[in-house]
Amino acid sequence: MPQVKPMEGNQAVAEAMRQINPDVVAAYPITPSTEIVQTFAQFVADGEVDTNFVTVESEHSAMSACTAAAAAGGRVMNATSSAGLALMWEILYITASLRMPVILTVVNRALSGNINIHCDHSDTMGARDAGWIQLYAEDVQEAYDNLIQAVGIGAREDVRLPVMSCLDGFLVSHSYELLQVEDDEAVQEFIGPYQARYPLLDIENPITMGPLDLWDFYFEHKRDQWEAYGPAKQAIVEVGEAFGEKFGRHYGLMENYQLDDAEFVVMAMSSMAGTAKDAVETLRAEGVKAGLLKLRAFRPFPAEEIAEALQGAAAVAICDRAASFGAEVGPLYAEVTSALYNAGVHIPCSNYIYGLGGRMVTPEDIVGIYRDLEQVAAEGQPPQPLQFLGVRS
Amino acid sequence: MSVYKPDAKWHEMVSGGYIPQAGNAQEYIVSGWRSQRPVRDDEACIDCLFCWVYCPDNAVPVKDESVIGQGFDLDHCKGCGICAAVCPKDCIEMVPESECDE
Ligand code: SF4
Ligand code: SF4
Repeated sequence: MPQVKPMEGNQAVAEAMRQINPDVVAAYPITPSTEIVQTFAQFVADGEVDTNFVTVESEHSAMSACTAAAAAGGRVMNATSSAGLALMWEILYITASLRMPVILTVVNRALSGNINIHCDHSDTMGARDAGWIQLYAEDVQEAYDNLIQAVGIGAREDVRLPVMSCLDGFLVSHSYELLQVEDDEAVQEFIGPYQARYPLLDIENPITMGPLDLWDFYFEHKRDQWEAYGPAKQAIVEVGEAFGEKFGRHYGLMENYQLDDAEFVVMAMSSMAGTAKDAVETLRAEGVKAGLLKLRAFRPFPAEEIAEALQGAAAVAICDRAASFGAEVGPLYAEVTSALYNAGVHIPCSNYIYGLGGRMVTPEDIVGIYRDLEQVAAEGQPPQPLQFLGVRS
Repeated sequence: MSVYKPDAKWHEMVSGGYIPQAGNAQEYIVSGWRSQRPVRDDEACIDCLFCWVYCPDNAVPVKDESVIGQGFDLDHCKGCGICAAVCPKDCIEMVPESECDE
């Protein structure tokens, strides 16, 4: 029987890992994700999983070992945050290029400096071009559910890509919520067995991986990699539907919240979306047609689907929990407005950079964004395209 | 699985840039930057095989324990001149590519 238990985000992730029972976990601890591998290490020590747990000397080594274990043919998982992800940088690209469906939980945390352990998305936003699928969880349940779905999404034959399953540092990783924990057998049934396509341990069929690849072939290989992201989008939708059928919680590329008739739309990812739902309810009670578009999959980016979901809006506020220094706007804003432009949808949009280094965002802050949007819609454009929400000025 | 083709299109690639055929580096021509090539005087050669031992590119073919008459593997020879430098009989000449026919 599925059980409902109070759990922190990190514990929920470790619990999902226990149920997935990966062949290899190679990890190095970093706040705020430490508790995931610490809890999982206990499962290994207690013999609750069959996992080969490799303690390595850095995140660079962790991701190297994970990629190599996946190349050998294993189902491989790991967890990290912030500077840990940054230290994996070189290998992140290799994992994706080699088409290894490694699953990495990223507990989002700001990058130094100055040193900060709290939540923003600068770590995974910086890794957005590495070729990984990226899913963002709003709460503890989604962090658990996303990880289980990530297994099937990444390993699908026409996808074979690594997946980052992201949750907000402290806000979700260290918050207790009621989690529906599914049965171990049901989770195993859902993920199914894993068979790597070209495992290096298949010594009857030797192959070479990662050779020197210069001007005469590299470009064709990158062009081929490009093809994986359409099927990846499809896989996110299909695995989300299958998950909904089996467990009753439905997932897609995004979640439309009070969006159908919405005039004023906030677009956000992760825990910010949960806070925004409160603001939507407050405004709806006043008769304001407020709506929320919560993005779950940032990679692959569902450009057409976003344009379609937003086309009826009078004004849209796009919220970025990361600064892309030197750019004029945040990364989510840049991609969403590009999607709207390409789809021929012309809506006034404004950009809010918020929550850097764990700065709190309240429902009142978000109500303020909706009030701004009423003015943006009336004037046809925002008074200034980029604002820093909640910074002292 | 695809077979190595120098002009293969992107959709004919094995995804991930894997090479599924063992030993196909032999088919990959890597001599594009050679500016001079070794030419052996087979009359003067004493078959000591120093050139074969020292070649960093495995570009000195040997048949029946002899290099005489075998020339050089010009698909893989980089023209580094090491073979010529180690030859005790000085019977390998490095000839500029511009003076060679093909
Ligand atoms: S020139 Fe260099 S690469 Fe060519 S055969 Fe001689 S030693 Fe080998
Ligand atoms: S090193 Fe000179 S003498 Fe010796 S085998 Fe080669 S070509 Fe002949």
